[in-house]
Amino acid sequence: MELFDNLALGFGVAFTFQNLIYCFIGCLLGTLIGILPGIGPVATIAMLLPATYALPPVAALIMLAGIYYGAQYGGSTTAILVNLPGESSSVVTVIDGYQMARKGRAGPALAAAGIGSFFAGCVGTIILAAFAPPLTEVAFKFGPAEYFSLMTLGLIGAVVLASGSLLKAIAMIVLGLLFGMVGTDVNSGVARYSFDIPELTDGIDFVVIAMGVFGYGEIIANLSKPEDDREVFTAKVTGLMPTAEDFRRMFPAMLRGTALGSCLGILPGGGAMLSAFAAYTIEKKTKLKPGEVPFGQGNIRGVCAPESANNAGSQTSFIPLLTLGIPPNAVMALMVGAMTIHNIQPGPQVMTSNPELFWGLIASMWLGNLMLIILNLPLIGIWIKLLTVPYRWLFPAIVLFCAIGVYGTKNSEFDVWMVGIFGFVGYVFHKLGTEPAPLLLGFILGPMMEENLRRALLLSRGDWSVFVTRPISASFLVLAVILLIIVLLPAVKNRREEAFVED
Amino acid sequence: MKIKSQKDFFAGLMFLVIGLAFAIGAIDYNIGTGARMGPGYFPLILGVLMSILGIAIGAKGLIVETADGDKIGKWAWKQVFFILAANFAFGILLVGVPALGIPQFGLIVAIYGLVFIASLGGYSFNTKEVAILATCLAVGSYGAFVWALNLQFPVWPSFITG
Repeated sequence: MELFDNLALGFGVAFTFQNLIYCFIGCLLGTLIGILPGIGPVATIAMLLPATYALPPVAALIMLAGIYYGAQYGGSTTAILVNLPGESSSVVTVIDGYQMARKGRAGPALAAAGIGSFFAGCVGTIILAAFAPPLTEVAFKFGPAEYFSLMTLGLIGAVVLASGSLLKAIAMIVLGLLFGMVGTDVNSGVARYSFDIPELTDGIDFVVIAMGVFGYGEIIANLSKPEDDREVFTAKVTGLMPTAEDFRRMFPAMLRGTALGSCLGILPGGGAMLSAFAAYTIEKKTKLKPGEVPFGQGNIRGVCAPESANNAGSQTSFIPLLTLGIPPNAVMALMVGAMTIHNIQPGPQVMTSNPELFWGLIASMWLGNLMLIILNLPLIGIWIKLLTVPYRWLFPAIVLFCAIGVYGTKNSEFDVWMVGIFGFVGYVFHKLGTEPAPLLLGFILGPMMEENLRRALLLSRGDWSVFVTRPISASFLVLAVILLIIVLLPAVKNRREEAFVED
Repeated sequence: MKIKSQKDFFAGLMFLVIGLAFAIGAIDYNIGTGARMGPGYFPLILGVLMSILGIAIGAKGLIVETADGDKIGKWAWKQVFFILAANFAFGILLVGVPALGIPQFGLIVAIYGLVFIASLGGYSFNTKEVAILATCLAVGSYGAFVWALNLQFPVWPSFITG
């Protein structure tokens, strides 16, 4: 079996002492930062990215994957204990998780989230390992026209499935694409939009945008809200293990969540959040067993299903990144940036030219999931302590980590000025009700889209119809149009708005 | 004409202005043709597309009725100022600005500067507490970034280390 050979290769890479340590550190740091309220995975990864610069590429990516899972896991802990979703994908976990915590069942809720995530992570890893090679084969057949259309589909998909105003989200993508244009044009050597500033001829660093908009922008927005009284269930976490009854109820929910998450995660933009929403909706539709707590009042299924789904989704969202080189969401866009820093161009060629990295990364994803469950359940007491750290201590530290991280990326003080500007821009976005995540996605995809558009039109001698006459490219575009039409249908539009408001 | 959604209207305006700026900037570069795209080709398309989106969003803000007018609300200028000032102070203290005659103070001083200024933007300010926090962060950052990760920072003021 090729699958097992590949996985064996991967585990061989991941099981070296060095990589195990980095995976562990990544999980630990990711949880540590991710658990802090108000810091989502994007900000966590952006903040911790500099910590991986000095490492060899494989170790760096393994550590980043660990950080990502840790951040997600930390987010669900915060959701359950403080009633604050640290990230969009744990918004639904809050509903039943917090109710369980209020009833003194925080332990089982945390365990349900952990076990569900671990199970989903295992399944997700196998799916990733099984589907990546055939998809890579397909990807090699893609020409520039196909890539351009696929990226268009990816970007449209990302905004369709995201929350908020569709028009604004599309505008944010375009803005991201435009920011991606800043810097030297690879073909003509012209420095675009650089205003004769030497640092700008290299383009804007994505770390600057990520930290400015997600880090500073969010802090300013958080601080401008009145100080909240956070209620943390510190003393009430006793007895982690769910009862046998809990396990019986959890298990089918876990299976359903995993299946749903694995499918939706592959979709562009879907990833973790949509999976969690969909899984919770499905659980709510199933009939309650006699004696079961209703949803919204602390049903363990309402914690387990969305957590399984979001973990499965975050696992399978690596598929488009690793096989096609196209990031399906903002977190994966950051991973692209990280890979580029280590001189790896994400895409189908990674698997053939760099199999150790590819399979090592996949194997360490599973290891990361395993570590998280070993790490988190016993250490839960420490994480809870972290939750009681007041925000007035937290935010100067976050500002500091952003500033150090930005400077450390290139040892350039210019980037420190830039991140300040983007911090203000991020706050403006917040005030105007525009979601910043599509911006980051557009920013990463901008240069790739331009290059593929250029090549496609060069091959067709300037004929734009190439995008609709090539069958694969045409079907991507048709899909994108269908997606847009579906969302704009009044019936779906209203339901979509409802679905995202319900929290 | 009354603005029905402030957020949409001003977001649209912002997109329109930025879109136009990029499009006008693109005209300065060689546009080229489809078959031989110049550096201005793709940015021009995007700039025009964004201007159109901006007009659509702005128009929506004028036409579509909202319950509460979708007000932007008060700007948190105090927080904006202190957070960004903290960031800029960090950069200035870390490497110095030779043009203005500001010497390089290095990482440790920069951390104290950043933490104190950022904390002024918070809900309450307690000098002793902030000093302790800054000291913890300075020690921690030195350990993590300079000692463990070996990132290249100027750590101490240049007039001490020479």
